[in-house]
Amino acid sequence: MQEGEIAFGDVRCAFGSVVALDGLTLEVRPREVVGVVGASGCGKSTLLELVAGLQQPDSGSVTAAGEAGAEGRLRACAYMPQRDLLLPWRDALGNAALALECGGLSRPEARRRAEPLFERFGLAEFERARPAALSGGMRQRVAFLRTLLPGRPVLLLDEPFAALDAITRHELQVWLRETLRAERRTVLLVTHDVEEALYLADRVVVLSPRPGRVVAEIPVALDRSGPRREVVTSPAFGALAQRALEALEG
Amino acid sequence: MRRRLMTLGLVALAVAAWQGAASLESVDDLTLASPVEVVEAFGDDGGLLLDNAWVTLVEVLLGLALSVAAGLVAAVSMHLMGALRDAAYPLLIASQAVPVVVLAPIFVLAFGYGIGPKLAIVALICFFPVTVNLLDGLRSVDRDLLRLMRSMGASRLQTLWKVELPASLPFLFSGMRIAATVSVIGAVFGEWAGADEGLGRLVLLGLNQLQTPRVYAGIVLLAAMAVGLFALVSLAERLAVPWKGEQTT
Repeated sequence: MQEGEIAFGDVRCAFGSVVALDGLTLEVRPREVVGVVGASGCGKSTLLELVAGLQQPDSGSVTAAGEAGAEGRLRACAYMPQRDLLLPWRDALGNAALALECGGLSRPEARRRAEPLFERFGLAEFERARPAALSGGMRQRVAFLRTLLPGRPVLLLDEPFAALDAITRHELQVWLRETLRAERRTVLLVTHDVEEALYLADRVVVLSPRPGRVVAEIPVALDRSGPRREVVTSPAFGALAQRALEALEG
Repeated sequence: MRRRLMTLGLVALAVAAWQGAASLESVDDLTLASPVEVVEAFGDDGGLLLDNAWVTLVEVLLGLALSVAAGLVAAVSMHLMGALRDAAYPLLIASQAVPVVVLAPIFVLAFGYGIGPKLAIVALICFFPVTVNLLDGLRSVDRDLLRLMRSMGASRLQTLWKVELPASLPFLFSGMRIAATVSVIGAVFGEWAGADEGLGRLVLLGLNQLQTPRVYAGIVLLAAMAVGLFALVSLAERLAVPWKGEQTT
């Protein structure tokens, strides 16, 4: 039995002849934020799908919140895919409430529970706006709200800001950092952006190119309370980024 | 506004060409009535034409409603049960290949002269476009969205109700637009096979009695009915699918 809130034990996962992950072992402690970086196609998304219970390993074990079965993992995790996947016919509030409805709440009750969070998420007055009327950053925040609301212990974020422009991405990184500090959950964040991982995570894990396995683990013991620009340009941050990039390039 | 004028211009052009063709010496008056004669026919038999048009319109609307209801049930069942879809698809196609002209008299023999056989014919030919389009819509939902629903713990019915059905509304309306145009033909076939009233019957009688202007007046009304139904479905779609055409990427 593994200790972590999320645990991979010697996991292999292949799709036909393509081996996405092989010999992957990784643990995430409760309430820890772990950032996973790796080149594209190294099986980062597969990693999250495995934890989420959307995928089964060919060998090895995957557990989330103590659940080893796919159904149990599905219930333990909230999964945020790369694209926001907001429903174009629902307003922002209805989209945020969707996961609660799937959990069995009535539509009005789910909306009632989602509403107070709109102010906190900088979405006040956009409750009734359909996704097409929202900016990319706002859509991503609605999608994150949808992920957060059911209160599941494990959050799985798959390149949440990849589709955004640099300025919006930086703004949302600051916002996500604040939000995760207020809402402590166990988080596995997949990204191709080393800076993003180092800024947001307590620990950064570097995956090798396909088949993916852990080649470096970098604890991030930095003071990141200042403005983002100062944090990411500090020498200590730069040194960690250097380590991560070296591990990435093998 | 400019498009409206274009449409009016085109209609005017078509009517003028029609009038020109009808005025030719070589064209028999019994073959082609001119627009002027058609207008006169409306003046002489306006009440008769409209009464019969109403009968046909009711047949068309009820038949359409029936086909949409049946199409919804069929498409959703086939979507939820893959085995049923594979088994029923050939039957669905066969239903469309059945020659309605032949089938209509048999329906009349079976169900009598009332509205029943007309509804059955209209529903039979409208059922196919509605069902096939809706089925395509249900199957075209983004895979990632379905996985997201699964990760949120959605049941099969929740996914159907909250995602698949709303997402396939534009497809349903496409099917209904096609159905709206062929439904009128269906009603005419139904009436030809045996009826006491309706535009189809009036046109058939007119042919036999050599009342060519009345025949063409009936055809004009049938065409107008199809155009009107098409516009009605488009309007319903704009009201039901206001997000269509909004940019979402």
